[in-house]
Amino acid sequence: MTRLKKRGAGRQLHGGKVAYAVLILFTIGSLFPLVWTAIAASRNNTRLAETPPPFWFGGNLFKNLEIAWTDANMGTALVNTLVVAGSVTVGTVLFSTLAGFAFAKLRFRFRGLLLLLVIGTMMVPPQLSVVPLFMMVAEFGWTDQLQSVILPTLVSAFGVFFMRQYLIEALPTEVIEAARVDGASSVRLIWHVVFPAARPAMAVLGMLTFVMAWNDFFWPIIALTQGGEPTVQVALAGLGRGQIPDQSVIMAGALLGTLPLLIAFVLFGKQIVGGIMQGAVKG
Amino acid sequence: MTDIPSDASAAAPSTGEEGAAPRARAGTLAGDGREAVAGARSGSLPGAADPAADRAAERRRARRSRRYRRDVKWSPYALIAPFFLFFIAFGLFPLLYTGWASLHRVELGSPTDMEWVGLRNFSRLMEDDFFWNALRNTFTIGLISTVPQLLMALGLAHLLHYRLRGSMFFRVAILTPYATSVAAATLVFVLMFSRTDHGMINWALGLVGIDAVDWQNGDWTAQFAVSSIVIWRWTGYNALIYLAAMQAIPNDLYESAALDGASRWQQFRHVTIPSLRPTILFTCVVSTIGATQLFGEPLLFNQGASPTGGSDHQFQTLGLYLYEQGWFNQHLGRSSAIAWTMFLILVLIGLLNWAISRWIRRSS
Repeated sequence: MTRLKKRGAGRQLHGGKVAYAVLILFTIGSLFPLVWTAIAASRNNTRLAETPPPFWFGGNLFKNLEIAWTDANMGTALVNTLVVAGSVTVGTVLFSTLAGFAFAKLRFRFRGLLLLLVIGTMMVPPQLSVVPLFMMVAEFGWTDQLQSVILPTLVSAFGVFFMRQYLIEALPTEVIEAARVDGASSVRLIWHVVFPAARPAMAVLGMLTFVMAWNDFFWPIIALTQGGEPTVQVALAGLGRGQIPDQSVIMAGALLGTLPLLIAFVLFGKQIVGGIMQGAVKG
Repeated sequence: MTDIPSDASAAAPSTGEEGAAPRARAGTLAGDGREAVAGARSGSLPGAADPAADRAAERRRARRSRRYRRDVKWSPYALIAPFFLFFIAFGLFPLLYTGWASLHRVELGSPTDMEWVGLRNFSRLMEDDFFWNALRNTFTIGLISTVPQLLMALGLAHLLHYRLRGSMFFRVAILTPYATSVAAATLVFVLMFSRTDHGMINWALGLVGIDAVDWQNGDWTAQFAVSSIVIWRWTGYNALIYLAAMQAIPNDLYESAALDGASRWQQFRHVTIPSLRPTILFTCVVSTIGATQLFGEPLLFNQGASPTGGSDHQFQTLGLYLYEQGWFNQHLGRSSAIAWTMFLILVLIGLLNWAISRWIRRSS
């Protein structure tokens, strides 16, 4: 009792049985579709058309994965997605940190105006730029090439805003002044002062960007084709179009496309949860 | 803040100049001090290599300080340049050019041939029943997916805020749908919402005596199924955002509420919810924006992933309608008009949100 009182009245109470029951229910609800994807991927098409649906694994998993890997182009798609999401993440984090630092700590002409521009376009949906982007890609002959999906998402207004918000508090202005008085050039200042201070926020932004880039759907299915250089999402859309009628292979494809991020979640779940919660407080 | 860089740049050359003097003096200590100092000043004394070296050093120092000043003055622009280069080329320019394209007739086959048509794309849109249908569907699906999602997220966050065994496990578990892509999730849900009784959901309904539902072909059932994918993917994410905000509420608020004899429910109602208002508003805005652009779920939920949004367009959203007009009916101009209409709707929502948040701030 005394311990409880010390921790404050209402909040840090232990959860009751009901709390656990509800949380377990939501956990099952969250995980079941994923587990069932694996179950369905390990069966065959005829079994999936029977009643009741299967609730345990069959023996076809590797066969289905192999068909998805080759026939649905999932192998190429995974490599392509890794390239796309990797470059977009590096670009976004680097450019957002540099610009975010400038907006947070340096004075220059039109700073307020430019920042307003960044914030104003932060929530503009991708639909608004898709037609001109399509024209550009057609003009440059980039159809079905990875740069057509990398370049348009290489920077993000949200990223700049996010880094700015973080650096305003995390990087004391006195530290920058001291470095300047010591005669540090901008390059040294950024390398030795800004990057170390920004590292936690860079990690959060990088993680959010990677998940977003991995799962990006709207623009890639316009710019890329399934038979050429698809990303995972483009290949999955091809499966959705009924390119391979076998449901268990479709599920194998969905499993392949999700597995890399799921593994990351199992390994870094704690950090990812922490990152999202941190990002929520800052943003 | 304005003064800092200029101060620093003013300080740098002065240290450079002062730095020059002691070194010149030190160099002349070997020879005749006075002469050398004079030489350093006039630079006319022959014989000693020192004055020339000094001048070179001074020039170097001056160059360095000039470079330093330039660095301080121009580095902000260099820092924002990469971002703005890409931002203008692939963000701002397309955004504005969509507006320009919406006033033209543009065909998918030759997207660079544009023919001026004024506002005809917009007037055609207003006359098109499918546009109004898509607008209605976007609104209803948005409502069905956002409201239960945020309410459940709030409840979940409240539970996760208790001291729990395995709380990190629960947090990671409810976040995993967020890692699942729209495409993968929708493919799985399509199979689970399969129309005949072998679909997982119809089978489960059958257990409690409800007949198999033809999810895809009913109006409300299809919209519900599409919404359920959105709900599944985003509830956990929003719960974590609420949880983060709850953890920031100072404990004293609860303590004094408890002293006043407030029950747990009353504490939730009168302490938690008011403190979360800004966060709730934020998630509402983000979810609304997401709902306005809804695209992948209704596309892949349809038979053969065709952009009609069901046999009767019963779950065609604005995003899907835009895609159908542009990339199936080949009218990119009309597509652009739809995009700008969506944008106007979002601006309207933004203004509404601004008004509401102002009203909340004034009332509290």
